[in-house]
Amino acid sequence: MAEPAAKRRLEELSAEAEAALGAARSSAELEELRVRYLGRRSELTATLRSIRELPAPERGPVGQAANSVRVRLEELIAERGAALEATELDRRLEQDRLDVTLPGDPPLPAGHLHLVTQIRRELEDVFVGLGFEVLEGPEVEYEYYNFTALNHPPSHPARLPGDTFYLSDDVLLRTHTSPMQIRAMESRPPPIYVVVPGRVYRPDTPDATHVPMFHQLEGLAIDEGVTLADLKGTLREFARAMFGPGQEVRLRPGYFPFTEPSVEVDVSCFACHGTGAVGSERCPTCKGEAWIEILGAGMVDPNVLGYVAESGYDPERVQGFAFGMGIERIAMLRYGVPDLRMLWENDVRLLEQFGA
Amino acid sequence: MRVPFAWLRSLCDPGLGAAEVGELLTMAGVKVERLHRIGVGDPAAFVVGRVVEAERHPNADRLSVCTVDDGSGEPRTIVCGAPNVAAGQTVAVALPGAVMPDGTELGEAKLRGVRSSGMILAEDELAIGEDHSGILVLDNGAAPGEPLAAALPIADEVIELEITPNRPDVMGVYGVAREVHAVTGAALAEDPAATDAPASGSDHASDHASVEIVDPDICPRFTARVFEDVRIGPSPPWLKQRLTAAGQRPISNVVDITNYVMLLLGQPLHAFDLDRVRGRSIVVRRAREGESMVTLDGTERAFSPEVALVCDAEGPSGIAGIMGGAVSEVSAETTRVLMESATWVGPNIMRSSRALGLRTEASARFEKGLHPDLALAAQRLAAKLMVELCGARLVAGTIDAHPRPASPRTVAVRPERIGSVLGEAVGEDEVREVLQRLGFETAGDEDVGSGRVEVSVPPFRDGDVQREADLIEEVARIHGLDRLPASLPARRSAVGRLTPAQRLRRRLEDALRDRGLSEIVAYSFTCAQALQRLRLDESEALRIRNPLSEDGALLRPLLLPGLLDAARRNAAHGRAGLALFESAHVYATGSEPAASSSPRGGRPADERHHLAGLLTEAAPATWRAEARPADLYAARSVVEALLEVAGVPWRADRAAPGAHPFLHPGRAATVVAADGRQLGWLGELHPLVARDWEVPAVAVFEFDAGALSELAPDADERGYRDLTSFPAVTQDLAVVVAEDTSAAEVERAVRAGGGELLRSVRPFDLYRGDQLGPGRKSLALRLEFRAPDRTLTESEVAGRRADIEAALDEIGGGLRG
Repeated sequence: MAEPAAKRRLEELSAEAEAALGAARSSAELEELRVRYLGRRSELTATLRSIRELPAPERGPVGQAANSVRVRLEELIAERGAALEATELDRRLEQDRLDVTLPGDPPLPAGHLHLVTQIRRELEDVFVGLGFEVLEGPEVEYEYYNFTALNHPPSHPARLPGDTFYLSDDVLLRTHTSPMQIRAMESRPPPIYVVVPGRVYRPDTPDATHVPMFHQLEGLAIDEGVTLADLKGTLREFARAMFGPGQEVRLRPGYFPFTEPSVEVDVSCFACHGTGAVGSERCPTCKGEAWIEILGAGMVDPNVLGYVAESGYDPERVQGFAFGMGIERIAMLRYGVPDLRMLWENDVRLLEQFGA
Repeated sequence: MRVPFAWLRSLCDPGLGAAEVGELLTMAGVKVERLHRIGVGDPAAFVVGRVVEAERHPNADRLSVCTVDDGSGEPRTIVCGAPNVAAGQTVAVALPGAVMPDGTELGEAKLRGVRSSGMILAEDELAIGEDHSGILVLDNGAAPGEPLAAALPIADEVIELEITPNRPDVMGVYGVAREVHAVTGAALAEDPAATDAPASGSDHASDHASVEIVDPDICPRFTARVFEDVRIGPSPPWLKQRLTAAGQRPISNVVDITNYVMLLLGQPLHAFDLDRVRGRSIVVRRAREGESMVTLDGTERAFSPEVALVCDAEGPSGIAGIMGGAVSEVSAETTRVLMESATWVGPNIMRSSRALGLRTEASARFEKGLHPDLALAAQRLAAKLMVELCGARLVAGTIDAHPRPASPRTVAVRPERIGSVLGEAVGEDEVREVLQRLGFETAGDEDVGSGRVEVSVPPFRDGDVQREADLIEEVARIHGLDRLPASLPARRSAVGRLTPAQRLRRRLEDALRDRGLSEIVAYSFTCAQALQRLRLDESEALRIRNPLSEDGALLRPLLLPGLLDAARRNAAHGRAGLALFESAHVYATGSEPAASSSPRGGRPADERHHLAGLLTEAAPATWRAEARPADLYAARSVVEALLEVAGVPWRADRAAPGAHPFLHPGRAATVVAADGRQLGWLGELHPLVARDWEVPAVAVFEFDAGALSELAPDADERGYRDLTSFPAVTQDLAVVVAEDTSAAEVERAVRAGGGELLRSVRPFDLYRGDQLGPGRKSLALRLEFRAPDRTLTESEVAGRRADIEAALDEIGGGLRG
């Protein structure tokens, strides 16, 4: 009778365990039940362990029955466990809910390059693309480089202290980037194709269009057979790169001591596309003139080449052009900045206005 | 320079409007600044009338009721307030609806009960002159009903020109007409100074006055003529209108003549009342120290010895080339006139004019430099007008002090050269034609085909045209620069690129921007007070002799003051969380000697390119964390990033006392390169400096970008190294050392013990606690070991531990646990 009794007990145990597992309410409770029914001290484990002590004929049937109960309970536990975990996770996720409308951690704020730096770099890149190198030079400069070698006679009014900051009789703050023309040519023989960006200084009392410090970009191209038409083409490419395709440039005769012929260069107004009018109103950018004066230029005066003759600049053999533009002027034109002084106030609200 | 268009057209009329002529002038190099319309509106509302009757107004003593014949056949009634109105006068009449020069529209009105339909005009009401004492009486035979515009210049346009310093010739209307002629080919009127006035009497100018030039270096030429029986009075309307349109007030016929000649020819004149020229002698000399005079504008002016004066026997009577004096001014009583037409030295006039703060029509012309020949031309034209308009007798002869007459200049130009400069060929015929129209004389036909054109330069262009290049410019501007083709240079060599230093600087600036810093641009100027606030010695900064103000008298030796100014200004706006940088030059005294000839590339100052930054926060405030103010480590983090970009090995040393006096002495570091070179500094601003500068607590840094690019490895120094085949082994160590042992000392000891296989040492925790004992701290380090040729084993790495311990022992430290 032992055989049916053992088997019956296993069936009872199985039924009891199944009921308990089915009623388990949490993973913890389930774990308790697993220990109770399948743990080392459980009845089932004890039964399995004691099979060897059974009479030989009983061992097989009881062993099989006990094993099948164990497998069945293990399956039930896994099944029930998965169900409970899913419910519990749902509950926990529900509790973890955040107010998604609060702001995130502040991102690293975007910094900005100054408008003048942005335009300077853009200009450098345009002229690098046209085959020019970029040179820089000192701002504290000799009168010789700033005036004398640029064909300014000793009596030229630009030399007066009203127009130039002096540090001593012959040392000054450069009034233009042009002294680098001479320094560049002194340092190497032709051909030379360079642009020179940098700060320049003039003792102008600040107003909307004057500040005592501003930035220029100088250009110089000296080679065999460089012509005024080449200047026009080069500046047209510059105008198209900076102000948009289809831009035209116009050369007008001008006057500078260090170029001959000298020209003033206008670009067609990019605001009104060279028509002088926006709708029925006079174009505010070019004041109805359809052209905007943007820079001064010319063919390098033979007298200037005479100052660097030792470096191989023979005016009968090489010639070329030079130009100089105000970087702030381009910034003001392109972005409509109304007052030059704002550019040096360093108000973060203004600095942040212009991307990049 | 205001050019009345009707006047210009009387000298050269290409049949174009003022705007078109203006455009042509602009494109030839004489830039139009503005185009003004002057005078009345529609001239059709203005007619010539005849006063048929003039009766006293029944209700007003000062008014007259006039019956005016306006040519229509219907008598017109006009009430007129002028005292001089009388029957029989030919007058200027505005009809109802006329638009006056000031823009008001004339209506019909009842004046004291009498309807007035129109207005009899005074010259100021037509903007011809300034006279309002009575109506304008026409005496030139105009008939009633004729358009007034045919009898008087009542509407015109004025072209306002911007004249470059090299073009005194277009400071006269005739010179502008010559430009129009050159550009359009339209006929040019005869030179107004081509003929002279007839002299009469047997006396000679030198019987009446004498001229002596004491300082010929300030006066190349002084001419004088004498006029007697001069009748001073108003100028005729045509002359007044031309002066008014050109921006000059009509004064009296003699003064108006001097201004008219100046406006037409560009040569200023001065008329003296000869009877008030003391001693009847003119002496031209420099001013004596402290000398002074009352000028025509009634101002007493004192002179420096550089100023050129025109004096009489007793003292100054005029500032040469700038303004005459009151002492011998022409007045209503004047009957004898000494007319001065002189040549002055441009730069001298410019300096004097600036020094005196006195810029006049005369000085604006003389400062550009006028040729001595112009002086006599102006005398000829003035003499004709003096005889014609003042009934004067021209005394024979010209007193002419002209110490060093120069012969005319000739210059050659090669047409082929013109083409090679412009990039477009210009034919020899065109070259000759353009130059001739501009007043240059070209040599005869024997010259043709030689490849050269010999040109003699007219006196009015002598200052500007002296070389072939100048003639090329003349041809180019009339040929038309806007016609040139556009091409690009046919480069034989030369490649465009940025230098490594420029590329590096861009990357450094970008790195700062990408870390949230915004770039500022501050003035390069600073002042002694600013440097004192930084506890720096201002005497070493470069000083500007002529600053705009003391606030900008020094050149900044570091960028920090500009950043602090910007921080203060933005903080004043209530802006929190500032992160700013600047990339610019700083200046220090150099060792280069002064130079008059070429300095051969020498630089007068020691100028370096610096990068500097300022931070107020390490992390901003949020709804779940408080802001972290920027401290030394926030600044150091930025500097670390930058030096990483540059690839320059470096260390931060505790700053030597006083090295950076504007920094918190305990929170200041000097940035040092591997070779010991100081690259810059970083730290927290000294609290007293922050207080003086009215800025919040900030972390700041500044370093020499030039030095960084000099130290940055070249591309070819960055050869391939195998960093991937053999993995690194990391090991963490906790090192216990005395409180005042720096992390750098610990790292040096660990590296000494770790040997070559130890590739990096990075502190990742700092702990202080009771179990370490007082005055001790524990620094946790993560070590990375790597060999280039094998995978390291744990035991190989563990073997370094004993050496590290030994090295730490030497600095009084040890491993923890």
